[in-house]
Amino acid sequence: MWKYILKRVLLSVVILFFVAFIIYALMRALPTSYVEAMARQKSMQPGSKSYEEWMAQLAASYNLDKGIIPGFLGWLGSMLRGEFGDSWKWTIPVVDEFNKTVWLSFIMGAVSFFFEIIIAIPLGVIAATKQYSKTDYAVSVIALAGISLPTFFFASLLKLVFSVKLGWFDLYGLVGRNYNQLNAWGQFLDKAHHLVLPIIVLVVVSMGSLMRYTRTNMLEVLNADYIRTARAKGLSEKKVIYKHAFRNTLIPIVTIVGGSLPGLFAGALITETLFSIPGIGFASYQSMVAGDIPFEMFYLMFLAVLTLLGNLLSDILYAVVDPRVRIS
Amino acid sequence: MSDNKDMKYEATPVYPHSVPQKAARRHAEKLTEDAVKNSSASAPNGDDSNEQYSLNDDRRVQVLSPGALVAKRFFRNRLAVTGMVILLLMFLFSFVGGIISPYKQDQKFYRIDQQVKDYAAVIHNEDLVYTVADADLFRGPVQAQTLLNIMRGNESFDYNGSTYDLEKVNDGLYVVRVGDKVVGLANRETVSASDVGGSFSFDFTMNALLAHANEEDSFEADGKTFELGKDGVITAGGEEVGYVSEYIIRPVMSDVFLSRDFKTQLIDAVEAKDSEFNFKDENGETYEYVLSFDAAKNTWNVKQEKDTRVFDTYASPSKEHWLGTDRNGMDMLTRLMYGGRVSLIIGFIVVIIESVLGVILGGISGYFGGWIDNLIMRIVDIFYCIPSLPLIIILGAAMDAANLDSYTRMLYLMLILGFLGWPSIARMVRGQILSLREQEFMTATESCGISVPKRIFKHLVPNVIPQLIVIMTMGLGSTIITEATLSFLGLGVRFPFASWGNIINDVNDTFVLTNYWFIWIPAGVLLLATVLAFNIVGDGLRDAFDPKMKR
Repeated sequence: MWKYILKRVLLSVVILFFVAFIIYALMRALPTSYVEAMARQKSMQPGSKSYEEWMAQLAASYNLDKGIIPGFLGWLGSMLRGEFGDSWKWTIPVVDEFNKTVWLSFIMGAVSFFFEIIIAIPLGVIAATKQYSKTDYAVSVIALAGISLPTFFFASLLKLVFSVKLGWFDLYGLVGRNYNQLNAWGQFLDKAHHLVLPIIVLVVVSMGSLMRYTRTNMLEVLNADYIRTARAKGLSEKKVIYKHAFRNTLIPIVTIVGGSLPGLFAGALITETLFSIPGIGFASYQSMVAGDIPFEMFYLMFLAVLTLLGNLLSDILYAVVDPRVRIS
Repeated sequence: MSDNKDMKYEATPVYPHSVPQKAARRHAEKLTEDAVKNSSASAPNGDDSNEQYSLNDDRRVQVLSPGALVAKRFFRNRLAVTGMVILLLMFLFSFVGGIISPYKQDQKFYRIDQQVKDYAAVIHNEDLVYTVADADLFRGPVQAQTLLNIMRGNESFDYNGSTYDLEKVNDGLYVVRVGDKVVGLANRETVSASDVGGSFSFDFTMNALLAHANEEDSFEADGKTFELGKDGVITAGGEEVGYVSEYIIRPVMSDVFLSRDFKTQLIDAVEAKDSEFNFKDENGETYEYVLSFDAAKNTWNVKQEKDTRVFDTYASPSKEHWLGTDRNGMDMLTRLMYGGRVSLIIGFIVVIIESVLGVILGGISGYFGGWIDNLIMRIVDIFYCIPSLPLIIILGAAMDAANLDSYTRMLYLMLILGFLGWPSIARMVRGQILSLREQEFMTATESCGISVPKRIFKHLVPNVIPQLIVIMTMGLGSTIITEATLSFLGLGVRFPFASWGNIINDVNDTFVLTNYWFIWIPAGVLLLATVLAFNIVGDGLRDAFDPKMKR
């Protein structure tokens, strides 16, 4: 078991190394005029450093003056030491900006993930147990619609209905106009109120795939021999489904749910941008559009680490949950 | 078990393993029944009623190819057929609609709008102004002294060693002299040229003002004789050259000629302190003017209400424009058609790039196994780890900085999306091929000495096609969403090209979101319908290809 985990971790490190290299190479491959234009723009701002200083800073942090391989190794070294540089857009160290924004994204992600699970898994199970019924078709269509729904369109529709027509929520932002006059509890409620629409968007858009996944796996389990055996023993249908079938369905579900846990930190780029929620997604979007290279590089690396962690976690969970994997 | 019922009508020889026994038996029973009926029908006299057809006789069994079987199963799935119909309509809408539509993709429409525009300005001289003849002797300080002494009622004053005489013609006109020489005038009325930008010599101005003050009807200046009307109009040989007035009237646009009639009426209106007046020009057309007084500049601004041709932006749906017009005054429905074309074409090209890369790399990986497989699968892992959406956004921003034109951008977008999307296809192809290559028919191809590329692409890959079609159909949906998202963020397809995403982009303007539903809701509905249809069809195809799955 430990050997297996160690092997996976080592493999992940190797993959991360190459991903980092690709990201670095892409940054280097951006037209130099882009980097220079960004530096020039920066130097135009009142009270800013001069163009040469910006270029020097860039060259120093990303070893632009060295060849691509030594430059990459140097940059990787500074990353490992935790030196990510200063964000251009936010004019504070990248890590500070990250700390400022990531927790909001995490809360948003966690809440919507929670709702996603408690909605998608039961519906998926019900659909599978009543295959070809109206419920099954309804669930399938809802799941497909959720997958097919473009986030930005759904968010705009919600805004039109709930913010404009009904006036229940604000169109943008995390806090209301009189946020500062509220007491701590009121401030909490205000923020929660502003997060309702974004969370609805996240839940609806992401629950479809989990629903389908649950349904497919449940169907597979229901066709297994041991379910037939359970039925043949004369167990009640309830017991068959919830004790024998559902528990086995949980194996793939737990792995996939566990695997998406790190992703909760990734932020929801489009939803946050549309609702102007100051989370990591919105911050990174603004950085990307503004050409904030230090922050972009950090965010890309961060996402890559999250993906790898997710894969690793689901592999390990699979081994933990399913003894058959451990043996082989 | 609906499948058994379905199977009854299908030919058994093709997929013998896929037909449950019961169904097969029922099938056989039906066949014999048919055979009996057939034989009795064909031979009423009972001569050859004992004739037995062999099982695979065309007259008895309709043999269906695997493709026909799949099609049959697919068309029995009502949901999938609905999706197919939606897709078909979408294709018609996008590809045929653009041809049928009477408008072009980037045709702009105009409407006539009543706009109030600045037309002229009227300045009323209530104070004395100075007309300078000798710039040295009649400078600013002297002018101030002149005013001071006029107020005091003095007739002369000394300044800077010169003696200035003030000759009062009337309350609004003083002539300033040093000795015999006229150095300037202090006048309330001014002489304006009729021509735009025209000016007069000092001699002309002085004589005109003097003549007007003394109510003469002609004066001489610069060796010519000019007539002067009571209303202050100066003419030379019947042609108006200028006028004397307390009011200075200037058109705002240099190409506008203000007629004398207009000026007179305007001055009347100003003196009556009207805020509006109408003027009928020589052609008999009446224009409305709005007057407003700007105290800071002591000026009346005259605005004309005029019909102006403007872009017909955000027009509501009407008979000409069924879905109204967009921000640029273009027909929305036509834009939607062309947008669909772009979205679908991009989807197809991206998916084709993905599939070609995925099939080649997945095929090689699955067939050879070993270190090649390991290498390619690690590359796939690496590609899985690259965060694609942020990366595309960054590249989009970089393309912005490079000022690429819309067309090149679109090409790059397709390449990038295709290049980032192949790993999932490669993984699927590899998985399938890994299991397929262990089967007997592959051993057969090997023993026949068929070359490796042929073995992979002729014998292995065709067996992956069903799954490939399913994954491609689903991929089309997700590619269209990705493209739309990017275009929505302003980083994908750019104006003048339309795409459903960049049509919805207008919704970023809160005013559009709240007031112009017809700008963004149709595009969103089309987008949703198309992607949903692709997913449904993909699902239906999966079920149709693999009847075992749907038990």
